[in-house]
Amino acid sequence: MVSPILELKNINKSFGHVHANKNINLTINKGTIHGIIGENGAGKSTLMSIVFGLYKANSGTIKVNGKEINLRSPKDSIVNGIGMVHQHFMLVENFTVLENIILGFEGELVFGKNFVKAKKDLKNLCDTYKLNIDLNSIISDLSVGFRQRVEILKSLYRGAEILILDEPTGVLTPQEVDELFKILRSLNEEGKTIVLITHKLIEIMDLTSQVSVMRQGEMVGHIKTKDTNKEQLAEMMVGRSVLLRLDKSEVKTGDVVFKVEDLTVKDDLDVTRVKNVNLEICAGEILGLAGVTGNGQTELLEALSGIRKVESGEIYLDGKKISDSQNFLNPRELKEKGLAHVPEDRQRMGLVTDFKAYENLIFGYHDQQPFSKSSILNNKDIISHSKTIMEEYDVRPQSPNLITSNFSGGNQQKIILSRELNEKPKVLLVGQPTRGVDIGAIEFIHQRLIDMRDRGAAILLVSVELDEVLSLSDRIAVMFDGKIVGEKENKNVTDRELGLLMAGVV
Amino acid sequence: MATVDKSKVPWWVSNLIVPLVNLTLALFVSGLFIFIAGENPYEAVKLIIYGSFGYIEGFAYTLYYTTNFIFTGLAFAVAFHCRLFNIGGEGQAYIGGLGVFLVAINFSFLPVPIVWFLAVGGAVVFGAAWAFIPAYLQATRGSHVVITTIMFNFIAASLMVFLLVDVIRDTTQMGPHTVALPKEQWFPSFEDFAALLGIKIRYSPLNISFLLAIVASVFVWFLVWKTRWGYEMRAVGHNTQAAIYAGISPYKNIIIAMCISGGLAGLLGVNEILGVHHKIVAGFPAGYGFTGIAVALMGRNHPIGIFPAAFLFGILYQGGSEVTFDMPNITRYMFVAVQGVIILFSGALENLFRPQIENFFVNRLNLKANA
Repeated sequence: MVSPILELKNINKSFGHVHANKNINLTINKGTIHGIIGENGAGKSTLMSIVFGLYKANSGTIKVNGKEINLRSPKDSIVNGIGMVHQHFMLVENFTVLENIILGFEGELVFGKNFVKAKKDLKNLCDTYKLNIDLNSIISDLSVGFRQRVEILKSLYRGAEILILDEPTGVLTPQEVDELFKILRSLNEEGKTIVLITHKLIEIMDLTSQVSVMRQGEMVGHIKTKDTNKEQLAEMMVGRSVLLRLDKSEVKTGDVVFKVEDLTVKDDLDVTRVKNVNLEICAGEILGLAGVTGNGQTELLEALSGIRKVESGEIYLDGKKISDSQNFLNPRELKEKGLAHVPEDRQRMGLVTDFKAYENLIFGYHDQQPFSKSSILNNKDIISHSKTIMEEYDVRPQSPNLITSNFSGGNQQKIILSRELNEKPKVLLVGQPTRGVDIGAIEFIHQRLIDMRDRGAAILLVSVELDEVLSLSDRIAVMFDGKIVGEKENKNVTDRELGLLMAGVV
Repeated sequence: MATVDKSKVPWWVSNLIVPLVNLTLALFVSGLFIFIAGENPYEAVKLIIYGSFGYIEGFAYTLYYTTNFIFTGLAFAVAFHCRLFNIGGEGQAYIGGLGVFLVAINFSFLPVPIVWFLAVGGAVVFGAAWAFIPAYLQATRGSHVVITTIMFNFIAASLMVFLLVDVIRDTTQMGPHTVALPKEQWFPSFEDFAALLGIKIRYSPLNISFLLAIVASVFVWFLVWKTRWGYEMRAVGHNTQAAIYAGISPYKNIIIAMCISGGLAGLLGVNEILGVHHKIVAGFPAGYGFTGIAVALMGRNHPIGIFPAAFLFGILYQGGSEVTFDMPNITRYMFVAVQGVIILFSGALENLFRPQIENFFVNRLNLKANA
């Protein structure tokens, strides 16, 4: 007889205008491995953060073992036997494994009796679940896979009966993934309940017995894993929402203006994120790059725009080499050559939010005439220029002197877009142009991108919104695990086909 | 506590009311100190006001102190716009003074105005050079400027003691100081100007460096808000990632900001060497570099704020010495404590009441708008 260990009823959670969880109902049975799958931004992590007491739901009830509980902080959920392994580990790097695990649960001022007991208990736990961790090693000496095990051990030591893992394989090598799955299975055999949050279909099929699918903040279905298949899940994940229709003329492509050859890029942790990528973009076309976040799109964009170093491979603009591993142009030089970039994360990279709007409207072009002459800023021209383009791009409110952080997300995006498009670039790199932007602004931004393309710009559109890629692009490439896994003309391509590519199934 | 929508806070609330409330509180706490020490706080305030405004020489002293605080306050502010905490104003001022003296004594064959011009340049270059090393370490190695600049204060102090004792000491004298500069190089002082007008007043250290401080204030305002350099420095300070995206080099801007900061601190040497001592005496920066941090914080890192803040500290320095002179229970160190309280309230505890005050005014304005 299966009994529910965790029950969620009508959970709602909003962040400002974004409704991240809408009336979520979920029942997880004791002793199962339950998968929760969905695209980025579907609300999986938000939901689990509510279960773990990190966020407070706006409404709804949570029951553990049939008893309703009130979660005010992670401490409450730990008491109720809920443990969570986050995507980004919460470990003190210069502490040992042991010190990390007892952190907050020391129970004594001078380490003595409890410390020794903790050590013994942990040894037993390690043996039971074959975790194979040396309790005395320093975290910073451990590989990512081992750090994750420390997190698991930490949850177990604190009495977790339900273990939530948020995208646990995102940071692991294939071998480490195998090891992790072994551990999860042995935990399951010992009677622990496991909740696996992922967007990778293979993992769901491999590991889980039950799966729940989320889409755009809603729970769209619960199903037994053995009764379903990857194709069906992909379809549920992507859904069939109505595409935003745009007035888009037939594509009239010109010469190849932007070419990427065999490009490999590493991230800050020296992990190869972009693997031998080849791309060609012609004048007057939009190449859409679809893919789930974290598959190398960010690093690719950064390398193409001169922010990140190229590991190997070459980038050509107008037939001339602009970057390889030896020589590369910095972002400013690339701008002068006609390459504009709308970055994925507007607040972290695209804007200085403490600046006034007019200061951001010239950001990156501030050293060009007429904005500055011999290092002195020409405020009169800057402000009149700002007024013009704020009007043209319908940035509201139209006050160049307002501090940028006071604009809404959509209007901040318009500030960046107007700045980059106004220079009439030959090549435009756009990352997540409508993330967190309201519907009205989305349409406006899309129309502007189409106008740019009709004017003959070569556009690379990177987006995790499949609808966006489908409605804007002339060609679509899909990125998975740092590689381009498929490239198609945007004719009769279904979102299902792309969904499978994005999940790495085919 | 509700967070305040910053855009709705009128500028005069955050830039005038908040500092005034902090200042009032600091004075109140200081009054308690004085009361506990057995003196009448009201009398003490009267003495401060008399000492700093009551007679012409006293007022001149106030402005002399103000001059020093403007230099060091501006120095801190420039670095702070690039989010660098330059604690090293003290050392940069010390080395800046060395620059002034070396230039003045070695170019004494040139016409005096040119020597002055070069000596000011010497102050800037030496001060900037002293700031360059911590800046370079921050930019390339990530060594935190707070640590390195504070260490460089000690190094500067030791270096100067070594130079003043073993290398450039006036060998005809016992004290650790250099020979005096030729008299014609001395900056015209306030009493010289008064004498021109036929007014005879007693000695005060006020000299034309005060005008240099005003020029420096205008320069900083222009640099930070009107030039590409200031724009790039602020971009790096507020959002380094975005700066890199826009092709602005954080490396270059950290170094530029620190060097300008060090140069401004070095100008303190001009006031002290050309204007007052006419030679290098050991320990002439006397803590102005540190107080400059409080001046900049109180003045919200804007020249228009730094000027009144520096003036306030000038009043406290000058009025404070008057108090310690007339009130036997108040020692010089008591007054250092009073300055400390003001620094505490306007610097470290600057945000103590800010949210409440801003909330209060925002709510009032909303009520008015709704009515």
